[in-house]
Amino acid sequence: MEKFDKHHGVVVPLDRHNVDTDAIIPKQFLKSIKRSGFGPNLFDEWRYHDQGEPGMDHSARQKNMDFVLNHPRYEEGTILLGRHNFGCGSSREHAVWALMDHGFRVVIAPSFADIFFNNCYKNGLLPIVLDEDVIDRLFAEVNDHHGYRLRLDLPAQEIHLPDGEVINFDIDPFRKDCYIRGLDDIGLTLEHAGDIRNFEEKRRQTAPWLFYKLD
Amino acid sequence: MSGKTLYDKLWDAHLVRQDDNGTALIYIDRHLIHEVTSPQAFEGLRLAGRTPWRTDSILAVPDHNVPTTNRASGISDPVSRVQVETLDQNCAELGITEFLMNDPRQGIVHVIGPEQGATLPGMTVVCGDSHTSTHGAFGALAFGIGTSDVEHVLATQCLILNKAKNLEIRVDGQLAAGVAAKDVVLAIIGKIGTAGGTGCSIEFSGSTLRDMTMEGRMTVCNMAIEAGARAGMVAADDTTVNYLSGRPYAPQGELWDRAIETWQDLHSDADAGFDRRVTLDAAQIQPQVTWGTSPEMVAAIDGVVPDPDDEPDAVKREGMRNALAYMDLTPGMAITDIQPDHVFIGSCTNARIEDLRAAAAAIRGRKLARGIKQALVVPGSGLVKRQAEAEGLDKLFTDAGFEWREPGCSMCLAMNADRLAPGDRCASTSNRNFEGRQGQGGRTHLVSPAMAAAAAVTGHFSDVRLEQD
Repeated sequence: MEKFDKHHGVVVPLDRHNVDTDAIIPKQFLKSIKRSGFGPNLFDEWRYHDQGEPGMDHSARQKNMDFVLNHPRYEEGTILLGRHNFGCGSSREHAVWALMDHGFRVVIAPSFADIFFNNCYKNGLLPIVLDEDVIDRLFAEVNDHHGYRLRLDLPAQEIHLPDGEVINFDIDPFRKDCYIRGLDDIGLTLEHAGDIRNFEEKRRQTAPWLFYKLD
Repeated sequence: MSGKTLYDKLWDAHLVRQDDNGTALIYIDRHLIHEVTSPQAFEGLRLAGRTPWRTDSILAVPDHNVPTTNRASGISDPVSRVQVETLDQNCAELGITEFLMNDPRQGIVHVIGPEQGATLPGMTVVCGDSHTSTHGAFGALAFGIGTSDVEHVLATQCLILNKAKNLEIRVDGQLAAGVAAKDVVLAIIGKIGTAGGTGCSIEFSGSTLRDMTMEGRMTVCNMAIEAGARAGMVAADDTTVNYLSGRPYAPQGELWDRAIETWQDLHSDADAGFDRRVTLDAAQIQPQVTWGTSPEMVAAIDGVVPDPDDEPDAVKREGMRNALAYMDLTPGMAITDIQPDHVFIGSCTNARIEDLRAAAAAIRGRKLARGIKQALVVPGSGLVKRQAEAEGLDKLFTDAGFEWREPGCSMCLAMNADRLAPGDRCASTSNRNFEGRQGQGGRTHLVSPAMAAAAAVTGHFSDVRLEQD
């Protein structure tokens, strides 16, 4: 995973509750066996007027100019501002890959769906939970100011607003450490391979039926 | 000190180590794999020079992309075909048991796991699919994971987790005839909302759940994720044991006796401490129909489409307006006046034998109503299909005008050729009514199998309770 320390970027407001992973990346694009290339199909059904299929030339498609991602003022957006229960629905990690492939590094919302939240952590997309009143204020600020940017400081757990105000946020200390050092979960877990083997051996004795070879 | 919940017990029994930073390493007994969320995990494993920790814990099956017609000629969509072939290659190369597309045991991963006895009480079960919560019906800790975690389980047989909160949802009393497990779980989601269970493991309890069959309990646990909870579960009891007895991968003989003995403890202690409790009265639950684009947007069959103007929260109000515009419905319209033109009976929520029996019974010798353009029945597995055919259910469906298909996920998420066209309106036994879920521009109403069949033959949503003998 790439290291994450500080970030300064344009905020994109997505003012909807319950943005689900089917909306973030529709099912037809999940047929890919790669981790990259999902960016052009991020929010495909909201972003384009026609029906998207894998392999299309997306530059030739008719864009829905009412959708926020198509507004020129948000073109360089890297911080997505959302509402409650962001990322609900399917476990598809493609949703996180699509957001990152498009250029997002941070998602800020009052609450996230559990699987999506966890998938963010595996890929270096930083999910930040803030109180609803703070989120309301950020939506108002973004709407009022073209090119509204936030400065993230992960080690300090601070968000710096353009007017100098500083908002603190919480993050699980383990996840924070993984982001800052760019650590890989699997490598960390395999440091405890001995513990896993010991556990497994005991389990094999007490519940041998869990260790049948399926065939 | 208070006792333990079922979730506490399952957690403790799989705890490899607890870290000071609050995370825990949890051992995984069963890993189910399908073609959509696994290719990048296998590739990651290979690129890192790693091998699977325990291949005997894995069962793989292609389900999302498979065609439901004319299977002998293979998969015509080249992109889908590559994905299924990639699963086949990965499993063959690593010695992982896979039910291939034309194996009679093939089916939806959450149907075949329990059907084969590959899901057992007391297990941890994971799969790169949010509806893995289904397996919690067996007194197991089962939840969906992303592809990075699929790779993590392949490589280490463990997951790094933070413990969730305990939420008990208790339903007591007898359901009216015609009211199904699907109605129970939709009523629960209507009550607590799609984020109501976020950060929690839900235990479904109470006499209504005790009286339910395993199929019913699976339907309820399946949609725990639609209530925001990664895991839903029901305590193991005689119903669980009877369902599993004699299944191919269930233990046999002396081991079976030993297993049953250990399963006796798979329930919450009487003095267990739940972080939150929600109760519902089964007698108050009516057949449910969703009217919007989130499973919480649900109403009883005798209700009406709600008016956004009555919603005090501005963002929610806007969400309701968006949903009604997408669904092309107007506030105040009776639910029974909504007329679907498509019917889908299938999915990991409702494609088991009991679901097909309930749907077939609701037809009552009638034909598809004039306005129905297509009605699909997609059994959850090859074995469900075979059983249904042995009971003559396929005939009841086809005589009425339904299409009888091969098993798979099909129109639940429309990754294969089965999908709605823009503007189509579907009575569906699946689990998600999100925009575009069943095909771009398609409109989904979630219902029980009997309600879907009744809508198919009457042409509008109908109260199946009124048709009971």
